[in-house]
Amino acid sequence: MELLSLHDISYAYHNLKGETPALSHISFSVSQGEFLAIVGPSGCGKSTLLSMIAGLLLPEEGDLFYKGKYITDCGTGAVMKVGYMLQRDHLFEWRTIYRNVILGLELNHSLTGENLDYVSKLLKDYDLYAFKDKKPSELSGGMRQRAALIRTMAIHPDLFLLDEPFSALDSQTRLNVSADIAQIIRSTDKTAILITHDLSEAITLADRVLVLSRRPARVKCEMPIRFAVDRSDPLRIRSTAEYQLYFNQLWEVLTNEQADAPKG
Amino acid sequence: MNRQMPRKADGISDNQRIFLKAHRRHHHVVALSRLLLTAAFLLLWELAARLQWIDAFFFSSPCGIAAYLYHMIADGSFFTHTGITLAEILVSFLLVTVFSLFAASLLWYIPHLAEVLEPYLVILNSLPKSALAPLLIVWLGTGTDTIIVAGISVAVFGSVINLYTGFCQADPEMLKLIYTLGGSRRDAFLKVIFPGSVPLILSNMKVNIGLSLVGVIIGEFLAARRGLGYLIIYGSQVFQLNMMITSIIILCVIAMLFYKLIQNLEHYYRKKY
Repeated sequence: MELLSLHDISYAYHNLKGETPALSHISFSVSQGEFLAIVGPSGCGKSTLLSMIAGLLLPEEGDLFYKGKYITDCGTGAVMKVGYMLQRDHLFEWRTIYRNVILGLELNHSLTGENLDYVSKLLKDYDLYAFKDKKPSELSGGMRQRAALIRTMAIHPDLFLLDEPFSALDSQTRLNVSADIAQIIRSTDKTAILITHDLSEAITLADRVLVLSRRPARVKCEMPIRFAVDRSDPLRIRSTAEYQLYFNQLWEVLTNEQADAPKG
Repeated sequence: MNRQMPRKADGISDNQRIFLKAHRRHHHVVALSRLLLTAAFLLLWELAARLQWIDAFFFSSPCGIAAYLYHMIADGSFFTHTGITLAEILVSFLLVTVFSLFAASLLWYIPHLAEVLEPYLVILNSLPKSALAPLLIVWLGTGTDTIIVAGISVAVFGSVINLYTGFCQADPEMLKLIYTLGGSRRDAFLKVIFPGSVPLILSNMKVNIGLSLVGVIIGEFLAARRGLGYLIIYGSQVFQLNMMITSIIILCVIAMLFYKLIQNLEHYYRKKY
């Protein structure tokens, strides 16, 4: 079932020096339970697109639909719970881990016993319960990112928006944490849109990869990703022939995009 | 070769013990040097006055000051004058802190208001505040009100500008996080801006206590019949150098105590958060 669709979306940033187009006539849709990855050159407008889906920006042209219902003016936040994970974990140092993960519940005035039990369960499931009274600076990068995920999951989001949430981690932690988080999202049958620069990450985690052109971003191509092996092991996936094929195809699309870019 | 340093029953290794001892010694040396510097200065001053290298009538002497201080304590004037100045500084400081926090929060909350008021704040901040004191006497008369307003006027505009600038420098991604979790601008202020600005607020308070003291003394110079500022100006008129310098020293001690108090508050906050 189609959960969210974007039709002909365009957006530009304005200042006194002029107009900077960020998105140009973008159309795509996401199905319920799907994991979509969006890749593209740096600064092409990927984060702008995610902010628009989250309802933080309104499109200048085009329309957004939620299960076929027009939501352009109110954004996704008005019709469903959106869980947004940013590039850094942004855990607040003046709060303990527990008070950080219940931040969304506080903001939504939903600190019910049931929700707090759910948070405790998540902390136990992801091995953070023993650290719940610690400060964020006392945790490793991977633990902090898991805490950020729990903070996002605590509000029971229908849609996860992941804006390069693993980019601040070292490569080994990144591999493990990204696989863990993707597994957690899949196991709960949630829908996710991941922004990433990393082609390997996009292929190993997503059901479909969307390639954007350089700024102003257009949809360059869409590529469904299917693997015969279990997706929970990122290293195993990366050694398969399908992975190599997908990687080469995506690499070629992005290389052509770079080659088409105006020089200087 | 990997050498394992022996540990005592308290779990501290010998190397750590040596480090702690050196650290303590360093602190003692610094404290002793400060004490010796003060003692040397006082000794030199006293000698210079007694051997008539300087004129004790104009420069006073540590023993003269100590005698005057004893006299002030004995007749109770120390407590009256110090108490009044202390109360005026405290009231000015508290009002500056509360008002500047409120004003800076309002400016952050309503960006349009900040845009409109910015040039006025800059002008008021750069105005020499001592020029305002005679005007305050005309408006409010001579008395405690004028002195407290003078104390406030010196610190408040700079404090508002500093706090507002600090609030605006909050990480936009943290604010984005609040909005994506369904929070409002009010939530962004209460959950991110204010708690994230506590170190800034504390360091701003350290500056404000000094400025409030300066403002109160300016006010007392012009509009008081009691207080340390009054004693300084009265002492200069009747050439009572002991009275002037004793009052200045008491002011230094008050400033240092307030500074230490806020510094301890800052340490407590850092330790806790």
